[in-house]
This record gives sequence, C-alpha cells and structure tokens, in this order.
Amino acid sequence: MARMATTRRVVVSTIGAWFFGFLIFFPILWMVLASFKTELEAFAVPPSFLLFHWTTENYATVQERSDYFHHAMNSIIIAGGSTLIALLIAIPAAWSMAFSPTKRTKDILLWMLSTKMMPPVGVLVPIYLIYKSFGLLDSRIGLVFILCLGNLPIVIWMLFTYFKEIPRDILEAARMDGATIGRELVYVLTPMAIPGLASTLLLNLILAWNEAFWTLNLSTSNAAPLTTFIASYSSPEGLFWAKLSAASTLAIAPILVLGWFSQKQLVRGLTFGAVK
Amino acid sequence: MATRQTQFLARSLLTPAVGLLFIWMIVPLALTIYFSTLHYSLLDPGSESFVGLENFRYFLTDPAFLASLQNTLVLVGSVLALTILLGIPLALLMDQPVIGRNFVRLMVIAPFFVMPTVSALVWKNLLMHPVSGLFAWLASLFGLTPIDWFNDVPLLAVILIVTWQWLPFATLILLTALQSLDEEQKEAAEMDGASAVSTFIYITLPHLARPITVVILIETIFLLTVFAEIFVTTGGGPGLQTTNIAFLIYSQALIQFDVGSASAGGLVAVVIANVVAFFLVRIVGRNLEA
Repeated sequence: MARMATTRRVVVSTIGAWFFGFLIFFPILWMVLASFKTELEAFAVPPSFLLFHWTTENYATVQERSDYFHHAMNSIIIAGGSTLIALLIAIPAAWSMAFSPTKRTKDILLWMLSTKMMPPVGVLVPIYLIYKSFGLLDSRIGLVFILCLGNLPIVIWMLFTYFKEIPRDILEAARMDGATIGRELVYVLTPMAIPGLASTLLLNLILAWNEAFWTLNLSTSNAAPLTTFIASYSSPEGLFWAKLSAASTLAIAPILVLGWFSQKQLVRGLTFGAVK
Repeated sequence: MATRQTQFLARSLLTPAVGLLFIWMIVPLALTIYFSTLHYSLLDPGSESFVGLENFRYFLTDPAFLASLQNTLVLVGSVLALTILLGIPLALLMDQPVIGRNFVRLMVIAPFFVMPTVSALVWKNLLMHPVSGLFAWLASLFGLTPIDWFNDVPLLAVILIVTWQWLPFATLILLTALQSLDEEQKEAAEMDGASAVSTFIYITLPHLARPITVVILIETIFLLTVFAEIFVTTGGGPGLQTTNIAFLIYSQALIQFDVGSASAGGLVAVVIANVVAFFLVRIVGRNLEA
C-alpha cells in the first residue's frame, strides 16, 4: 500500500530535496559555467552567474595548446582496454564459480576481494621499479595492465552475483535437451547474462576512467590520460580557470552520462553485493 | 550434475583469474618486504645493503610518520562522520514523496563520477580561492573575512573536498537500503501511534545498521589511500599538515628516492588496511551464505 502523502508533506520534502540536491551539484554547474567565461570573468569578483559574455574559445584553446584529444584518446584506450581484458578473464572465472561451485568457492571469492583491499601505495615501489626496468613507465600498455588487475576482483564479484541470479532450472532443462556446455553458454546463458555484463562493463569503465593513483604515478605525458592531464593544471596559480574548467568539463561529461545510467548497479558493484 | 569433465572445465576456467590475482598480490608484496630490509636509494645505485629492520625503525620513529598517521586518522574519521551524518538525513529526505525524485538523485550522485583531480582543482580554485573563489565572495556578502583555506585550514579543506566526493556514495547506499525497508512495518508503527522520531529510532535506524557498516568499511578502504586530492592541491603541505600515509610513502619513494624506507612504510599501510579488510570480508562473507 502506498504511503499516504499529504500535499504539505510533498511540497516540503520536494523543496528540501531539490535545494540540497542543487547544493551538492552546484560545484559541477559552477565549473561548467566558468568554462564558458573569459579568463578575466572566471576570475572576477563579484562573480557573474549567467550574465557574462558566453564564449566557447576555451574549448578551442584547450585542444590547440595542449592536444586534449591525445589525452582523451589515452583515457579511452586505458579505461576501455583494461575493462575488456578484465571481462575476458573474469567471465569464465565467474561463470565457473556461479555454476560449478565447489567447497572452496567462497574462500576463493573472499580471497579475491581481499586483494582489492591492498592499498596501492603498499606496492608502489616495486611496481614503479619493475615498470622502470621494463620500459613500461608512461606507456599505455602498462596502465592497461595495472588497472585491469586492480579492478579484476570487482569485475569477478559483480559478474558472480549476476550469474548467481540466473535460474538453475533453465540450465537443467537445456542439459536435458542435450545441449553441450558450449551451446548452453551461447544460447542460454549469454542472453540472460547480458544485462549483468553491461552494468559490470559500465561500472568498470567509470572506475578505470577516474583512477588517479596509478595514472598519476606511472604516466607523465605520452600515455597520460585525462586524470594526469588535468593534474597538470595544478601548478599555475589562478590564471587558467576558464581553461581548467573547459578541460574538466570535457573530461567528466562522458563519464557523468554513463554514470547516471548505471547508478543502480553502482551500489551493488561497490558493495560487493552486500547492499542491493 | 557435475561430471568429472565439467569439474575439470570449471577449474580451468577459474585458473587464469586466480593465477593472475595471485601473482599480482604476491610478487609486488614480496618485493616490498624484500626492499624494506635494504638500504636502497635510487640516487645512489649499487649501494644496496641488508639493514634488517632499520628501515622500520627509521620510518616508525620519523616525526613525519606520526604526523601523517594523525592526518590520516583525522581525514578518514572526519569524512566518515560527515558522509554518514549528512547522508542519513539526505537519504531520508529523498525517500519522501518528492516530485522529480529521479532528477534530484542525478544531481546528488553526480560528484561521485567526477575524477579526483577535477574535483580537487575545481574546489581549490573556483570555490576556495581566498580572493576570487566563490566562498570568499559569499563570506564578503555577510561581512566576514574570507578564509584562506589552503593556508589556514589545509586539512579541513581536503576533508571538505573528499566529503563532497563520498557523500553521494553514502547517500545512495543508505537510500537503496531505505527503499527496501518494509513499508507495512512502518505503517503499522504509525497506526499504533508511534511518533516519527520513535519510528526512526526503533525501525529505520536498526534497518540501516548494516548498510552503515558497509559504508564505513568501504569508505575506509578508499579513504586510507586518498592521494590525488592531496597531490594536486597541497602537495602534502604546508609543512606536513596535509601529508597522509599514502602521500608520505609516495614522497619517500618518488621524491626522495628512498626505496628502503618507502617500502617499510608501504608495509605499514598494508597492515593498517588489512585490519579494516578483515572486518569487511567477514561481513561480506556472512552475506554470501544467506
């Protein structure tokens, strides 16, 4: 039964929720506005909220001066590559644990989870030295590799919880009908697993896109994704706010859209299925 | 029914993932342990020598370690407290009949998707700049002296930025949990004449106990290693005021090139994280059985 909602209650909670929602969102909005200002207006006191001279020149300048697309491409390759490889490794593993569990499955899952608990800074030194001696510093392949391993436990966990929900009876039925494991995988499991796969893919893309420990420490220019690129704006004091805002807006826009689509799965993925 | 053949198949499907994660966990960790017993400076290659526990003695008695441990605890504790104390009322509010709730949800969750370097720099410059920042302008509207955030209260500034990033996470999880709360139970309580406050204390809060625990543990794991926000705003300063353990280890490794004591510090960080991980794994493990 739906809760009785008096008009007054609806009005009060609506105003409250919109107010606080807007407050939380405001820094992002303010950044987007700044990206359309001139540098002078972005820095001006008192600030102008909407009545400024709107310009898109910052976006052009960011591309011209600092080759924005090079870094965006790095982000796409690093986030996309690490996600795809992680999925390729995780799908068979999660499938096997969900459908042919053994006594040790639970231990293996928890052990995988515990590898995610290791603070990256604990292994920064050896990874840095290994990368240095193999010439992997500032290389995309090096970052693909490390982000893939870093997110692998989350990917396996998410897939496992989704695969677990596929009803067993369907598999039994397919087996009765004489389907081989290969056919079972292609015709029965895959169609049912696609929603879970899609949300896992999405969440992992977001995590990899925003990862800012390994990318900052292991890349400088050639392989630098957007996280490192934006960090390069930290040195000059003040003068480049509009350009910083334009570069930042471009860097977060695609992921914000993806994130909004995947917010339900986000809870599940980030809590390892502990909250659904 | 598992035949021997499917068992074999299942195992071979699992092996690559287990093997990779095993190598990923064991090799760097073993190297960290090994390096931590060496005198090893990248500035002075070839001079590596075994020094036993000397690096640990050096790292643990370094005043910078105590300062950074304290900063880490203050940072983690404050952000946890703020995200939960603000997250609960926010989630309760969003659980009310709100017109356009989906849109409000989008606004609230947005900061979580902003990459750390962007949120840190936007806050540092556009909002917290002592002259041209929005906060300075707001303060002057009320006739107050603007705060020079990164000089006067640098750690608080970092705490606010990180809180803004993690508040959506806490709110979203608490909201998800609230929405799974049985409406009938609440209605029954209301019909029995329970006040809103006692409904909250006796029904809602116990229901939120588990999600709150999960939020605390997961946030702790990420907050213990906050790095990018400090890297782009303060560089650990002024002095050591915003140096946390993660940043201290980074600066010993890649600024001072002291591999030995950075490795010792890395192990200390691993131990601290493991204490938290132990509890999280237990909670998640209990959930697996249900």
